[in-house]
Amino acid sequence: MRAASIRAWSRIHTWTSLICTVFLLMLCITGLPLIFHHEIDDLLGSHVEPPPMPADTPRADLDRVVEAGKARRPGEVVQYVVWDPDEPDSVWLSMAPTPTSPPETIAGVVVDARTAEVLDVPNFRTSFTGIMFRLHVDIFAGLPGKLFLGAMGLLFVAAIVSGVVLYGPFMRRLGFGTVRAGRSRRLYWLDLHNLLGVATILWALVVGLTGVINTWADLVVRLWQRDQLAEMVAPYRGQPPVERPGSLAQAVAAARAAAPGRTPSFVAFPQTQLSSAHHYAVFMRGDTPLTSRLLTPALIDAETGALTDMRRMPWYAVALFMSQPLHFGDYGGTPLRIVWALLDIATIIVLGSGLYLWVARRRAARRLAVPVPAQ
Amino acid sequence: MKIWLMPALLALLSGVGLIAALVGDDLWDVLGWASLGVPVLVMGWCWLRPVRVGS
Repeated sequence: MRAASIRAWSRIHTWTSLICTVFLLMLCITGLPLIFHHEIDDLLGSHVEPPPMPADTPRADLDRVVEAGKARRPGEVVQYVVWDPDEPDSVWLSMAPTPTSPPETIAGVVVDARTAEVLDVPNFRTSFTGIMFRLHVDIFAGLPGKLFLGAMGLLFVAAIVSGVVLYGPFMRRLGFGTVRAGRSRRLYWLDLHNLLGVATILWALVVGLTGVINTWADLVVRLWQRDQLAEMVAPYRGQPPVERPGSLAQAVAAARAAAPGRTPSFVAFPQTQLSSAHHYAVFMRGDTPLTSRLLTPALIDAETGALTDMRRMPWYAVALFMSQPLHFGDYGGTPLRIVWALLDIATIIVLGSGLYLWVARRRAARRLAVPVPAQ
Repeated sequence: MKIWLMPALLALLSGVGLIAALVGDDLWDVLGWASLGVPVLVMGWCWLRPVRVGS
């Protein structure tokens, strides 16, 4: 490579990294505890385990589960009902003052799936993992925060690509993985930066890009509302929104009947972001690691409990669904999450050493530029 | 060319690992974390191996 193009790539690498490094460091550090959020919540006591019962204990009627939530938070409505595949004995209710209240107003109620008794009213806003989550997702700034972090993610990807281009000329005379210790601190960290950077390329690119896609989740939802959802509920145009939805249990049963072999992942209540004003949207998932992420919404008329329509989600929603496991690393058990954490730590070291190298090189350049006073 | 042999191999293993755990459970999960774990082991080995001064 010509010296001039090396200089150009070097400048690209320096500036794309410099702009995003502080935010990427924040993302890597807050992301680390999020990999283990279940364990941390257990440890800090911010998670209530459902009491042990025989595995074949029958499930409580879903309408009773919803009633239990409403009794705990009088005057509020349920926006979403969520089943966590890792917690088969509890049901999550997302409650808010009205069906259209923004996400910041949502409060969670955890109900025992077998007894319909309230287990817990977790406070996500003040829990450790809750704060880490908000910092990681939108730095407490909503959609603009998300889009900003997404832009930082794109710079991170540009920094990786330019770093790969520079790896060649840098390593011309060095064997792979050489870490020159005992010479200068700068050489040591440069070698380490190159080693950890090049070994984590693909993982960092995948986690970076899927993170960027995740920042567009709200946009994907809006697009789907205008595109496919609008088409599906066109026959209901002009009708007043359903204020008192009918039986949830009946709606979920209708969705199960329409999608054999699939299980409900969550239900969006009428008028919420993920449904129409007239429907329960029952999002069904498959049972393999791949299909469990690809959700298919069954729209159930909230008054009659009958299936209106069920369609595969469009490609941009599939891209979002696939980006989630690849960003979270939660699809291969605890060993995969540990590897995920180690790669995250390696990335923190790459970012930190990159920052150090920039400072050290500037300092060295200044020393050369300023004449040293005679002793 | 030789410069890119190891990086390409590590990227390939990372890719296999990332996809394997997504495709299935049990053995696929093991294949997933084991291949994605190779770059981690290589980093650890190169960093901590006996220091060769100079070169």
